[in-house]
Amino acid sequence: MQSLKLTRKEPLSPRITRFRFEHPEGAPLPIFAGGAHVMVQMQDGAVLRRNAYSLISDPADRSGYEIAVQREDQGRGGSRWMHEQAQPGMVMTIGAPVNLFALNLTAKRHLLIAGGVGITPFLAQVRDLGRIGAPYELHHAIRSAAEAVPLPDGARLHVSDQGSRMDLDAILSGQPLGTHLYVCGSDRMIRAVLDAARGLGWPADALHSEEFLAPAPGEPFAVHCARSHKTLTVGAHQSLLEALEAAGIDAPWLCRGGACGQCETDVIACDGTIDHHDHWLDPDEQAHKIMPCVSRFRGQLLTIDR
Amino acid sequence: MSTPPPTSTGFASRPLHAPLLARPCTAALMIADEAGASALLALAEATPELMPRTTVLLADAGVMNAALRARAPARLVETPLAGLEPALDALLAEARMGLQVHVAGSEGLIGRAVARLLAAGLPLGAIQSEHRGSPARRMQCVHCKTIAEDITTDPYTCPGCGRALYVREHFSRRLGAFQGVCIDAETPGEVPEPVEIQS
Ligand code: FES
Repeated sequence: MQSLKLTRKEPLSPRITRFRFEHPEGAPLPIFAGGAHVMVQMQDGAVLRRNAYSLISDPADRSGYEIAVQREDQGRGGSRWMHEQAQPGMVMTIGAPVNLFALNLTAKRHLLIAGGVGITPFLAQVRDLGRIGAPYELHHAIRSAAEAVPLPDGARLHVSDQGSRMDLDAILSGQPLGTHLYVCGSDRMIRAVLDAARGLGWPADALHSEEFLAPAPGEPFAVHCARSHKTLTVGAHQSLLEALEAAGIDAPWLCRGGACGQCETDVIACDGTIDHHDHWLDPDEQAHKIMPCVSRFRGQLLTIDR
Repeated sequence: MSTPPPTSTGFASRPLHAPLLARPCTAALMIADEAGASALLALAEATPELMPRTTVLLADAGVMNAALRARAPARLVETPLAGLEPALDALLAEARMGLQVHVAGSEGLIGRAVARLLAAGLPLGAIQSEHRGSPARRMQCVHCKTIAEDITTDPYTCPGCGRALYVREHFSRRLGAFQGVCIDAETPGEVPEPVEIQS
C-alpha cells in the first residue's frame, strides 16, 4: 500500500469517471503491465472499503496511475464514494499493481473484447501492444451511447440499442491461427463470449477473461473462527473478509474479487449452505472451502479455520 | 538406463490422446502416416459429420489413402514424409482459430507435426495425437544438438558426435523430439547393451 495524491478527476461518460493518482512528492511509481489492477482504499465513515480497479493509463508512464470508476448506485457504496467524496488534493491509500489478466506475449495476435466498463484493462494493454508492435483488434460492446468512453484509434464500437450489436460469430470465425482472446465485462457477457469461442473450436489455452466481482450483499450470518476463538456476524452489506478484518483477524487477500485464490479458507463445520460466488474453487472443493472475499453463508453456523 | 515411458496419456509433456475424439470446431485437420491412418479412420467412423469440415494430410500413407478418401473429407492432401513441413505450412497459412487438429502415427510424425503446429501459433489445447505403429523415436542429442530420426534402441549412437546416448523421457514440444544424453560420461567406455525401445 502506498499513499498517493488524487490529482485529477474528470468524467469519461455520464456514469464513468477517470481518476489520476500521483506520488505526493512526484517520485516515479512502480511500473506495471497492462491488465493490472490496484486496490483503492476508502474510509467511508466508519467503514473501510477496498475496491479493485484496473489501471487504464500507459504502463510505461511512471508519473501517475489512472483508473476509471463506473458509478454503481445499487452497489455497496465504494463507487459512489469515489464519485461523490473523492476530490483532487486528497491523499489516498492505493495498493501496488497486481496483474491477474496479463497478455500472453507468445500469441501472434490479440483479440480484445470488452463489455461496458470492462474496457478498462484493455486501455492499458493496447499501449503495451502498440509499443511491442503486436497486432490486435479491440471491440467495445455497450448497451447505449451513454456508456461510450473515448477509445483508442482503430477500436470498434458496438452499440446494441442502435442496432450495431456485436456479431460474435463473425469476429471469432475470422481470426488467424495463434490469436488469443481476452474478454472483460459482466459475468453474462464473459460466459457468452467464452461459450461461443469454445463452440467454434477455440482451445481453453487461448482464452482469457477477467471479471471483477463485487461482494454480493445478502442476509447477515454468523461465523465462528476456530483458530482465533471468535464468533462474528457478517453484516448484510459486508463481505466475510471485511468482517474478519473488522474483528482484527488476520486474513490474506489479493484481488478481493474471487479470482486470485489468495483468501482461500478451510471450512471446519457447516450447518447450512455456502453461496459460492468465486471463480476459484473447483466444485469438489466447495464442500470444504470458502473464499471470504465474495462468498456468503445461509444457515445456522459456519466454522472456518481463521 | 531409462525405463520405458508410461503409455499414452501418462506422459505430461507430450500431447498424447487415445482414442482421438471429435471436439467442437469450425474446421478439423487430420494428419497421419501409414500406421496412423487407421486411427483417423476410427475417428471418421465415430463422427462422420466431422468429415465435410475436415482436411486430411497423409504422409506416405500408401494403401491407406484410398480408405480415407472414401470417408469424403472436404480435402485430402498427400505428401511424402520428407515434405511434411512444407505441406503442413501451406495448410496452416489459410487456417483460422477454431481449427482442431488430430495427429496419428509414429513418434517422429507426431513430434514433427506438433512442433510445426505450435510454431504456427496453434495452442496445444487444440491438438490431440495418438501414437500408432513403430515405437521408434525422434531424438535430439543434448550435446551436439543433432536430430536423429527413427531411433529404435536405447542407448543409441549419435550420428552427429558419435557419443553413446541414453533415451531420456524428456520430450521437447518445440523440437518434437526426445532428449538423448551421454550415457558413459562418468565411466567412459562403459556402455550397456542397447535394448529395443518398447513404446
Ligand atoms: S482475495 Fe482473491 S479470491 Fe479472494
